[in-house]
Amino acid sequence: MSKTRLATIWLDGCSGCHMSLLDTDERLLDLVAKADIVYSPIVDTKEFPENVDVTLVEGAISSDEDLEKIIEVRSKTRVLIAFGDCGVSGNVPAMRNPHGPSPILRRVYIENADVQQQVPGEVVPALLDRVRPIQDVVPVDLHLPGCPPSANLIYDALTELLNGKAVDLAGRFRFG
Amino acid sequence: MPRVSAAPAQKTERRSALEQRIMLRIDGEYITTDPGKTILEVARETGIDIPTLCAVPGLTSVGACRLCLIEVKGNQRLLPACTVKVEGGMVVSTRSERLDKYRRMILELLFTERNHVCAVCVSSGACELQDLATQLGVTHAPFEFRNPNLPVDASHERFIEDPNRCILCTRCVRICREVEGANTWEVGGRGINSNIIADLAEPWGGSLSCTSCGKCVQICPTGALAVKGRATGEMTKRAWNVTDLNRMRGART
Repeated sequence: MSKTRLATIWLDGCSGCHMSLLDTDERLLDLVAKADIVYSPIVDTKEFPENVDVTLVEGAISSDEDLEKIIEVRSKTRVLIAFGDCGVSGNVPAMRNPHGPSPILRRVYIENADVQQQVPGEVVPALLDRVRPIQDVVPVDLHLPGCPPSANLIYDALTELLNGKAVDLAGRFRFG
Repeated sequence: MPRVSAAPAQKTERRSALEQRIMLRIDGEYITTDPGKTILEVARETGIDIPTLCAVPGLTSVGACRLCLIEVKGNQRLLPACTVKVEGGMVVSTRSERLDKYRRMILELLFTERNHVCAVCVSSGACELQDLATQLGVTHAPFEFRNPNLPVDASHERFIEDPNRCILCTRCVRICREVEGANTWEVGGRGINSNIIADLAEPWGGSLSCTSCGKCVQICPTGALAVKGRATGEMTKRAWNVTDLNRMRGART
């Protein structure tokens, strides 16, 4: 049996969920014994590959780039996991939603800038009007909440998934 | 031979009290109890847990959160266990697929209605809403998040009111009225625009009725009412002191 093809991707989040994945420490070896990490901020692949079995998606959908990526990831992934509170509910990135992107951009790039006071129009991806949780944009197969999800929860859920078991998180996770 | 005297009055009273006892079934268990109690009270006395967010022993029950909905045999409607009184012969179910579904949906709607960001909340780790999501396995909400723009009231010297974290359980309203007797809090607005208001929708800090006792803060199940100056996860509460407060005052508990 060929190994599971596992990918992880980082959208609008703080990378804390990826840190928590690394916090599984030596158990990472157990995971990579069952799965090849084919795409991730922690491996060198530049293009999201085809035929991925499981993708962990950290972060909410906040920019036009996030939107493009998540649509591509969904089309190439069998089991898509919303990895952490940002992907699950919008969490901290979505705290701008009551105000919209303009006041935030103005605050960061104009009011708080000492030089070059201008909102960037190139290179930096344009912000969407609303930050959305992943399931608002594409179907999600499993939600793994937590800010970040604990290393134990990540390890247990991934192990159950890789062993073909149904993952029931009741009583095992916590938002925040 | 001396005649057997009639049963002493005391005994008669005891017998009639016994005769008034009623029997019902909750989750298959036969329970004998006194009439006048609610299904929630009897279930908890028996050790059967029914999830709640608004019910507090010692305060009037209002059935606001709907999490304690239960099924009574012969009744198609779901009934709130915190307000419905027990009756003889009742057959109650506190767990079923239908109830689980509705309870989860209630939490999903609560999470999407306002801005519940556990990651930055003072009450994270000591929040009844967060705990129930864990317990009932609500890992996400399949509805669109409303993300309303609700201003925080930080006008009070010692406390802070953040409506973004409020679930409108009205515990603060009831404890202020029924225990403190100040009547500072009330629900203002209608429907989706309902909100907790101080006095006539004035800044809390300027309230003439508020005694700054802090009972509302301690009883609030989420981080909507908190002590000022607490950082994320630093606000733990002492909600169940209310029962003791009422007992000390000799009030009905």
